[in-house]
Amino acid sequence: MADITTAEKSPAKLTKEVVRFEPRIIGFLCWWCSYAASDMAGTSRLKYPPNVSIIRVMCSSRVDPAFVMRAFAEGADGVLIAGCHLGECHYVSGNYKTAARISLLKKTLAQFGFEDDRIRLEWISAGEIRKFSKVITDMTEKVRNLGPLNWRENFEPK
Amino acid sequence: MEETSVKMLKLTIDGIETEAREGETILQVAERLMIDIPTLCHWKFVKPYGACRICTVEIEVHGKTRMVPSCSYKVRDGMVVKTRSEEVIKHRKMLLELMLARHSQVEVVRKLAHEYGVDTTRFEEMPSEQCINCGLCVRVCDEVVGANALTFVKRGTERYVSTPFEGEAESCIACGACAYVCPTGHITVQDIRDRKYVFSELALGPTTPIHIPFAAAIPGIPVIDSHTCIHMQTGGCGICSKVCEPDAIDYEMQDTFEEMEVGSIILATGYKTFDPKRAEQYGYGRLDNVITSLEFEHMSHASGPTGGAFVKADGSEPKSVAILHCIGSRDKNYNEYCSRVCCMYSLKIAHLIREKVPDADIYELYIDMRCPGSGYEEFYNRLLEEGVHFIRGKGVEVSQMPTLATTTPVASNSKLYVKCEDTLLGMPRELPVDMVILSVGLEPAADAEEVARVFKISSKADGFFMEKHPKLAPIDTLSDGIFIAGCAQGPKDIPDSVAQGAAAAAAAMSLIDAGEVALEPITSVVDEEVCTGCKTCLVVCPYGAISFDEEKHVSVINDALCKACGCCVAACPSGAITQRGFDDTQIEAELAALLM
Repeated sequence: MADITTAEKSPAKLTKEVVRFEPRIIGFLCWWCSYAASDMAGTSRLKYPPNVSIIRVMCSSRVDPAFVMRAFAEGADGVLIAGCHLGECHYVSGNYKTAARISLLKKTLAQFGFEDDRIRLEWISAGEIRKFSKVITDMTEKVRNLGPLNWRENFEPK
Repeated sequence: MEETSVKMLKLTIDGIETEAREGETILQVAERLMIDIPTLCHWKFVKPYGACRICTVEIEVHGKTRMVPSCSYKVRDGMVVKTRSEEVIKHRKMLLELMLARHSQVEVVRKLAHEYGVDTTRFEEMPSEQCINCGLCVRVCDEVVGANALTFVKRGTERYVSTPFEGEAESCIACGACAYVCPTGHITVQDIRDRKYVFSELALGPTTPIHIPFAAAIPGIPVIDSHTCIHMQTGGCGICSKVCEPDAIDYEMQDTFEEMEVGSIILATGYKTFDPKRAEQYGYGRLDNVITSLEFEHMSHASGPTGGAFVKADGSEPKSVAILHCIGSRDKNYNEYCSRVCCMYSLKIAHLIREKVPDADIYELYIDMRCPGSGYEEFYNRLLEEGVHFIRGKGVEVSQMPTLATTTPVASNSKLYVKCEDTLLGMPRELPVDMVILSVGLEPAADAEEVARVFKISSKADGFFMEKHPKLAPIDTLSDGIFIAGCAQGPKDIPDSVAQGAAAAAAAMSLIDAGEVALEPITSVVDEEVCTGCKTCLVVCPYGAISFDEEKHVSVINDALCKACGCCVAACPSGAITQRGFDDTQIEAELAALLM
């Protein structure tokens, strides 16, 4: 199962040339850094694709891996988790726990055939608005190339 | 105790009867009586040496007269000393004649000889040597500094002072003590330090290890710079503690750290100026007469190293000056932002130069003149009327030789050529000037990153502290109770800094005044019915806000300690913990809505 990717299973690749696939990405952003960066990017009129829908959390460590699964189940094609740089967590050490949890989750999902690029963990400080826009643009492009996840067809029991 | 054990001796100096402690030298007693005895190789903080013999006096003990060097000869009971007898004068004259033969150009020798009426010598004159072999430098380096970096080489008439093996002395700590004691100026700071003399003063650092930090320091108490203090480096010297009568010098004093509990914090940690050495094309540190704006301020200060005179490195007055704006600012290679203060201070510098050197040619090389503020534009107009040349174009290079074919070289070896593009004339230009002042921009303080980390506040991409909202909350940070003011937030001038500082103080006061802090109701709670008592949450909480109730066998969260990160909620395997406002159902509802 591990070597079959969702893209191979999905018919979306064929239609990609005709209608550009717009991936739906959920972004869990830490209120203290990445969320502030997204706010600042907005005030600064920085451009980035509108594909990422943001959910604010107080700390990236609030992101229960179950939320990521739920997001995929609800139809997301990718999930971004962004927190403060290591050592700069507003809550002392929350981001270390996030790092551990998300890398475990990635490992688990890889076994189900999830491509690595569908889940992304980034450290973006409040001032790094350019990095924020770059990450969003880059992730959107990568997930666009992967095609839709098609959770219902691929992962739900028939 | 000590007083009684010292034997007091009676003696007569130049007819004055006096008492002296046993072990004192004649020179010490004479100094106390204000009797002037000339010396060349003596300094009271090193052991007497008796090299120059110019301090020779006549003594009479038990009816016998002798000539002895007063610096090293110890007093004896009943001794009669004559410091200016005919014999002594004759003796000194002879010594001075001998010295003149070998050191005819040495100022201190000539002056002393002249005092004694000796202007010529009967001896064969040799080429004048600057070093009189007094050995003060060697002894200071050994006894006071303890570095032992200097020594005498060879013997007799061939004797001279040098470093071990005549190479670079590894033990030299570049303290400058040898230059300080050298009576003839043979050793200068230039020789021992790779620094320019007048301009070393301008380095804005302490010029001596003991100094008052700055002219208006409060309290105005001198401090010792432990990095340059000889005592702290070698354990030697200690002269300051010997001369300080109230005994106020404490070498053992250490930095102390104090902890305070406060209700709110204002961070006004300031800025640092751009280091122009990073922009090599301007020649700062490489070319003598390229200085920064702050160094100009230091020089222009009445209590500065030149007493407020505006001079070049060689001490002469510059006749043409170029002031280069935007060094390290508005430049993609260094900092993209405008430092806001440089235009105005550059105008002020031009104004000060006009005042000090009225006929000087002053050039301001600017990208744009940014003079918004009360009276600022008017000041700019005044400078235009004062005949300052404004060239719209950034200075790009400072060199000693002209680089443009169109430039006519000036017949002077100390000219600097400033290359720029005059955007109003639409052509490159090169200005020959005597001096270049770099208007350096403002950068975040060196430790801004660390401060931000300690206080858990965010920084902007340029490194300055980030405000909560650029327009609506310019003094608040994302962390409640922490405020920012002044250049820590971004470059700003004095009126703006004062305004922001006052606002931050008022904001801090209002917190203190309220007496209590309202917490956001987003803390986490444990559902005791569901909690299995696995204690996972206890491990992940960074604040120790979760305790375990052994009786009920459940975790309990202390609302006052909980900072609401939600880490425990995500960690709880049984889903017993929820975060108010961020509980699982709420986030899942958000997800569902977003992905509908």
